[in-house]
Amino acid sequence: MIQARIRKTFPPRKDSTGFSLDVDFRATAGITVLFGPSGAGKTMLLDSIAGFVHPDEGRILLDDAILFDGAARVHLSPQARNCGYVFQRYALFPHMTLRENLVFAAERQPRLERHRRVNEMIERFRLTEAAGRRPHELSGGQRQRCSIARALIGGPKLLLLDEPGQGLDAPLRAEFYETLRQVRADFQTPVLMVTHDLDECFELGEEMIVLREGRIVQSGAPAEILDNPASLDVARLLGAFNLLAGEIRTLDPGRNSSRLRVGEYEIDGPYFPGRLKGDRVTICVRPEQLTASARNGRPGPNQIPATLERAVEKPQYVRLEFPGGIAVDLSRAEYQRQRETREWVIQFPAGCLRAL
Amino acid sequence: MPIDWFPLWLSLRVASISTVAALGAGLWIAYILANRDFRGKSAVDAAVTLPLVLPPTVLGYYLLVLLGRSSLLGKLWEKIFGSPLVFTWKAAVVAALLYSLPLLVKSSRAALESVDRSCERAARTLGASEWKLFWRVTLPMAQRSILAATALAFARSLGEFGATLMIAGNFPGRTQTMAVAIYDAQESGNSTLALTLVLVISAIALAIMTIASRLENR
Repeated sequence: MIQARIRKTFPPRKDSTGFSLDVDFRATAGITVLFGPSGAGKTMLLDSIAGFVHPDEGRILLDDAILFDGAARVHLSPQARNCGYVFQRYALFPHMTLRENLVFAAERQPRLERHRRVNEMIERFRLTEAAGRRPHELSGGQRQRCSIARALIGGPKLLLLDEPGQGLDAPLRAEFYETLRQVRADFQTPVLMVTHDLDECFELGEEMIVLREGRIVQSGAPAEILDNPASLDVARLLGAFNLLAGEIRTLDPGRNSSRLRVGEYEIDGPYFPGRLKGDRVTICVRPEQLTASARNGRPGPNQIPATLERAVEKPQYVRLEFPGGIAVDLSRAEYQRQRETREWVIQFPAGCLRAL
Repeated sequence: MPIDWFPLWLSLRVASISTVAALGAGLWIAYILANRDFRGKSAVDAAVTLPLVLPPTVLGYYLLVLLGRSSLLGKLWEKIFGSPLVFTWKAAVVAALLYSLPLLVKSSRAALESVDRSCERAARTLGASEWKLFWRVTLPMAQRSILAATALAFARSLGEFGATLMIAGNFPGRTQTMAVAIYDAQESGNSTLALTLVLVISAIALAIMTIASRLENR
């Protein structure tokens, strides 16, 4: 288990606005993703754990070992931390063959053990054919598997990955997900992974930590965060929501319901604990939670009429864009049935609406 | 007329020894400059580079003051080895060393700094000591540029003239290097000898530079 409570401040200078990282979290077995936009401090957090960045204060614990303690002036060298690190561009040693890369990493193991471990890793990560090649002669997938194998060969207590999926094409990305799931199944090592890709969070993350400007703004299971973003910031960062200005007209805790005013229409919502009548809120709902159909007479309850601005075809669905930044995702089949339609009604399911 | 090849052999010997010494010292200084932050770092950097811009006679003068028979270092040398340092071929090595060192420090530092930082970081997370990291990762990744710089430094030492003349003198058969011999031959009207030596040293320098540029471009 990794536990980190650290603070690191870069004062503003002439050429930069300054930055401060101030986080407190723990991650247990399984895959934890650090999600956030670039500049949120994700990589700096990873580097603080690996020992490349010296925090100003705080404490980092890995299992029962103290990696960093500001008050006690403990700052272990990266060599002593026992953290495997998979770098963004793999950082394989270019002058060594794949096997030599692994041998280099296994040199802390007892001599007899070394050879066996290297062979085991080469087999486990399907690198047998490539073992004698140098990094520049390897395919992207082989390079990636080699760098994960190299990071794991010494039996680290924690595996750190810095944006591992970035710049990979779709098949390679799928292969990477597969590899990491395999790692998750075969090794007990907790994994801490930095990403700014929401897909990756859902594919791999069991826990998700959302970072923004050096602070943790929310953490939990990815699905939970997607269902209940804690703030407007989180919703914006995830980038997967319709955000509509609204006003609470009535609130009824007994029937778990409310009335909301959105533009010139009123719709039903759930009860919003802690909100008052008359509050102006941002209503947050995902495009796939909304449905839309061709307008036919007067809009029914919880429907808002809208004129289609644009339909964007995606591989799995069609995204309909309406004025006011409202987006609705329809299945392709459903869209095909009414593709000539210009005037639509959008159905807001009351239970899915969140107020931020 | 038979040509005396002693100056050629002496020059090659002086250049070889000074280059090996400069490589050792240069790599160490370059490593410090590339990896450590300390007060006076830029002063050290400037001091190492100084020989490249100072007139050779100025450097020769300093060396005489520093290593001459009445100086502290000169006396120490005489006590240990039983003979003075100045006006021997070993003094020529010192002069050549001062000229090859800046070339090696500058290029090695640039080469070490251009090595992918993430490879070095990776080696650290894999438990490699700084020593192992340097010899097994950083140096092999930078070796082409460093070898090219070594070739350059060798060629430069081969042609050292001014400071060598001042500190080692011009004693045929003892301290007369190629560059000094050419000057001597030309001054005494022996233009055939001068031309021969000029052509030989040009050919050697050209060959070395070709090797250096191949190393760097591959």
